[in-house]
Amino acid sequence: MEQLLLLIFLPLAGALITAFAGKSAKIVSTVISVVSLGLALFIACNFIPNASTQFEANLPWIADLGIRFHAGIDGISMLVVLLTNLLIPIIILSSYRHDYKNPSAFYALILFMQAGLLLVFTAMDAFLFYIGWEAALIPIYFICAFWGGKDRVRINMKFFVYTIAGSLFMLMGIIYLYLQNPAHNFDIQAFYALNLDSAQQGWIFWAFFIAFAIKMPIFPFHTWQPDTYTAAPTQGTMLLSGIMLKMGIYGVIRWLLPIVPTGVQDWSCLAMVLSIIGIVYASLIAFTQKDAKRLVAYSSIAHVGLISAGIFALNQQGLQGAMVQMLSHGINVVGLFFVLDIIFSRTKTNKIEELGGIAKSAPQLAIVFLIIVLGTVALPGTNGFIGEFLLLMGVYNYGIWAAAIAGLTIIFGAVYMLRMYQNVMLGKTNELTITFTDIQGTEKLVLYIICALIIILGVYPKPLLHLTEASVQHLLEQVNQKLTSVK
Amino acid sequence: MNIIITISITAFIVLYAGLFKANKALLPLTVVGLLTALGFTFSAWNGNAVHFGMMQTDNFALAFSGVCIIGTLLIFLLTQNYFHAKSDNIAEYYTLILFALAGMIMMVSYKNMAMLFVGLEIMSVSLYILAGIRKKDFASNEASLKYFLMGAFSTGFLLFGITLIYGATGSFDLDKIQAYLVDNSKAISPIFYPGVILMMIGLSFKVGAAPFHFWTPDVYEGSPTLITTFMSTVVKTAGFAAFLRLFAGAFEPLHDFWAAPLIVIVCLTLFIGNVTALFQKNFKRMLAYSSISHAGYLLFSLVVVGANSQNSVLVYATAYTFASIIAFAVLILVKQKTGNDSFDSFNGLGKKNPLVALSLTIAMLSLAGIPLTAGFIGKYLMFLNVMGEYHTILVAFAILNALIGFYYYFRVIVAVWFREGAETELSTPAQYKVVLLVSVAITLILGIYPAIILNLI
Repeated sequence: MEQLLLLIFLPLAGALITAFAGKSAKIVSTVISVVSLGLALFIACNFIPNASTQFEANLPWIADLGIRFHAGIDGISMLVVLLTNLLIPIIILSSYRHDYKNPSAFYALILFMQAGLLLVFTAMDAFLFYIGWEAALIPIYFICAFWGGKDRVRINMKFFVYTIAGSLFMLMGIIYLYLQNPAHNFDIQAFYALNLDSAQQGWIFWAFFIAFAIKMPIFPFHTWQPDTYTAAPTQGTMLLSGIMLKMGIYGVIRWLLPIVPTGVQDWSCLAMVLSIIGIVYASLIAFTQKDAKRLVAYSSIAHVGLISAGIFALNQQGLQGAMVQMLSHGINVVGLFFVLDIIFSRTKTNKIEELGGIAKSAPQLAIVFLIIVLGTVALPGTNGFIGEFLLLMGVYNYGIWAAAIAGLTIIFGAVYMLRMYQNVMLGKTNELTITFTDIQGTEKLVLYIICALIIILGVYPKPLLHLTEASVQHLLEQVNQKLTSVK
Repeated sequence: MNIIITISITAFIVLYAGLFKANKALLPLTVVGLLTALGFTFSAWNGNAVHFGMMQTDNFALAFSGVCIIGTLLIFLLTQNYFHAKSDNIAEYYTLILFALAGMIMMVSYKNMAMLFVGLEIMSVSLYILAGIRKKDFASNEASLKYFLMGAFSTGFLLFGITLIYGATGSFDLDKIQAYLVDNSKAISPIFYPGVILMMIGLSFKVGAAPFHFWTPDVYEGSPTLITTFMSTVVKTAGFAAFLRLFAGAFEPLHDFWAAPLIVIVCLTLFIGNVTALFQKNFKRMLAYSSISHAGYLLFSLVVVGANSQNSVLVYATAYTFASIIAFAVLILVKQKTGNDSFDSFNGLGKKNPLVALSLTIAMLSLAGIPLTAGFIGKYLMFLNVMGEYHTILVAFAILNALIGFYYYFRVIVAVWFREGAETELSTPAQYKVVLLVSVAITLILGIYPAIILNLI
């Protein structure tokens, strides 16, 4: 329990310290985030990979309203907690080349967001989950709107109103479940045990699904995403794509599936179709993108589409694949955005056609970029492969037609990612890229860590799978049990 | 009773101090008086005393008295240099605000409808004068006249309603009226119903609920900003407490009858307030319209009268009061520097005044209802109560309105942090810092640990 409380409140305390750290905010926040990572690793080492909830903290908070500070870690949480605490120091390190104005506010907001994310990923109380959900949104809004690029104010307002609309409907669903719960609390186990008829499950499904779908984002709720990713500062984009969108995926797995399984079953066909439309649609748009950052943004929609398709297939492979792919996608997409940021900072452009031949002057960057691209397109031996393989297997078990179309994502992805790589890194150098300096210092450190993770997890994914296996199985049993009992 | 006496005596002392030109002593005297009144409020806790059958200082009355007194205290702290710059006769400001406060204490603790009327009039007459206290200012005159005409009009409705109810029940006493409704539930006099509706209209006028809201924007804009602060926070809170005391208490057995017209009022208030606030270019006017929309959320709790509704009104009113005080305090500071109160004058405020801007941001987040601020807990309780009665459509409607609210509150945040502006440095007097600090602390503490206020009543 103490470990978990420390895990959540360390970044929060860190945010406060960083806010008053002035010029040394960069260093302070790095130290705090690295300590958080150490703590997460420590918890992961002491984590027994079975289906139980561990390190549980269950403290009274607002007793009159049945709200408790109830958090805990099972296999599913463990993975996303690791992802969060792994990516935050990487994201902070990746900002070393930048001199943001008001650095103390910038880094404090990142750490504040980390606390919100950890709350989301460990909450076992729906109210706490909602608090974390919003607490993660406010800092990223400020990060993107304050330090972002052109037209950031309008774009971020759209992003904010979009996401908050989703979460308000989720709040409505949460209140409804609370009222249905005879014990009048927000405890997740009590919510699991609720017996709702299929009409109730149907609308609660939508109340939650829209919130999660906007966050991921799933077609047609994605329209805020490319603009926001492009206008955000690189660290903001990394936070959004690397960690924040996992909130939506995690929400589906943790809250949607076990609470309203009948609703999920009734609507899974539609969710599957939306996911697959998203995959094809985003891939096709990615083909036509001239800006590398937008291309990666759309590829992210395609990848998330596959993950959600795997989840709504409602089987072990699909869910396991989703878990692994959450981690892999987080690492890869952060790597991609970092490389694009490096290129942008040197050439002042991310337009694919204006670049070319960078590999000649920056061979090290070419290698690490290639590894990240290969991880993204799921080459066997990289971290992307195992996740996408499992996801496709899961979707295949759901329906061959679905798997056939969803499988296009790999082919499409390979085409547009490799073509982007080719046009940016290979070919003729021009006046922009001739003076390109290779990666150095923290850039090297960050990219090497990312590449090492891509390869290690690709070659030896067993500990990762082992971590989540029991929890995922348990979750599916719960879902199936409830499905049979409702009939 | 002690509370009203203390406040009234303070008002007289301040008036006499003004007569002897002891302008420096006014604020300390007032603060001491109000703190004493606050002390009496605390000491009467759980007493539930009935005073001459006219007033009942139950915990409901005391909690709302406490909020009103603290709110007034903070507003008094904002007077530094404010009145002094505008007028020589500043003692009148103090006295009138104190008299209004005494009226409000009656409004939150009446047991007899006559007392409601007396309290309401003491408050209103003081406010009519306060709205027009800048004698040479055209807008202030207009505000005062409008307020007076509308106020007199609405008092007429209220009185007529009281008369009809007296005719039906033969009593002004709330308990007796309630007993009448319970005893004669099959044969309620037909004149009772129009009485309820007329009182509803009269009180809706006073709290500025649509469609009886037309006076609010002009009066709020025209009055001196500090008076606007007072009217839109403390006065509003007292108005709602009076509303709640009547409808959740005496008229509660008739809930099925008056809920339907009230739902119409709620929906209109929410929608008109929010949509109109969206299009305002003037910060003060935006706050005026947003105060209409908050009246809508507050009325929400009346739609479903239950054990929770009193507490949720208290939480919401507290959250709203302190967030608004921050907003108005910053507005006063900005206006002193730039001379106007449009959104544009807030541009770039965050660069030179990060702490003031941060306070304003927290206030806006609270008004918009973002978690970890008091405003969220308030909104949450409203949604919870209404969902509890399965008015799901109504909650969905409120959520849509909350979304519109996000949009215009965030416009302030955008202006403060993200827009380029004149980068003027505000001169923030120490008392303003105290007010901002206290209000921000209350907003955050109630947002993070609302348990301290949830079981008050």
